[in-house]
Amino acid sequence: MNTLDKLENKYMKTDLPDFKPGDKVSVSIRISEENKERIQVYEGIVIKRQGSGLNETFTVRKISFNNVGVERTFLLNSPIIQSITRMQEGKVRRAKLYYLRDKIGKKSRIKTK
Amino acid sequence: MVEAIYGEKIGTTQVFKDDGNAVYVTAIKAEPCIVLQVKNSQQDGYDALKVAFGDVDKKKVNKPKKGEFDKIKAEIKKNMGEIRLKEPQEEIKPGDSIELKIFKAGDKIKVSGISKGKGFAGVIKRHNFHRGRMSHGSHAHRIPGAVGMCATPARILKGKKMPGRMGHEMVTIKGSEIVDVIEDQNLILVKGSVPGNKGNIVYLEKLN
Repeated sequence: MNTLDKLENKYMKTDLPDFKPGDKVSVSIRISEENKERIQVYEGIVIKRQGSGLNETFTVRKISFNNVGVERTFLLNSPIIQSITRMQEGKVRRAKLYYLRDKIGKKSRIKTK
Repeated sequence: MVEAIYGEKIGTTQVFKDDGNAVYVTAIKAEPCIVLQVKNSQQDGYDALKVAFGDVDKKKVNKPKKGEFDKIKAEIKKNMGEIRLKEPQEEIKPGDSIELKIFKAGDKIKVSGISKGKGFAGVIKRHNFHRGRMSHGSHAHRIPGAVGMCATPARILKGKKMPGRMGHEMVTIKGSEIVDVIEDQNLILVKGSVPGNKGNIVYLEKLN
């Protein structure tokens, strides 16, 4: 194992759940406002996972008010993520679900396992 | 207090700070440096430590170099360097080692190393000149332009910025921040970039 991998291990999370594109997840994010800290929950469908090691990221897409699509990308090992829970396992045939951006309503649904 | 150490650039990555932000860091491997000689102002004219660091195949070391290590009964190291001292240090003797414990997270340091060689570079890359027009009949795309005056002085002034070899010179970055010190792996994480290639020897010194 090379030195950089060993170094990154120190910062990696060990208790990450198994999830992949197509899954519906809820991400609890720590948000600090002045001196207070609160938890915000962000829910949506994982449309991609990218990168490896400490630099791995995932993108979650949700449909907000007025049918506005919102996508947020998180660093998988970031300390601001308190927890990730998989709510539903999706059945998809692609690794990157960019096609969901062009679908609305019923067409944007994903088959579940 | 000795406030400097030699190390080897390992590579760059990003790590997380306590507040959740990811920072771009350069990892530097700084194994203990062995003190070979303590220089003092009476004998040598200045206060400094002569140190050795880096692993080496013992068969490849010549006798004069080996002799220096045999004299203090220390393990043979590859490279040698000098750490300048601000004031004489009485307690340091040849054979002692300088470890990376002298640094802690949050310290401001300066980092020196030999930068990557860029080869023969033009004035835009080498001296940050502006380029000429690329179109409208202009042929002066990346040329240096006028370099001097007329019949007086009839020569080009010394030090005129021109194309030439760039890089592979000693570069010092002041004010870099130490993000983390990992003692069991002998690693120092410095925020931002550090001169040179991977495997390059770098010199870290505390700023005060």
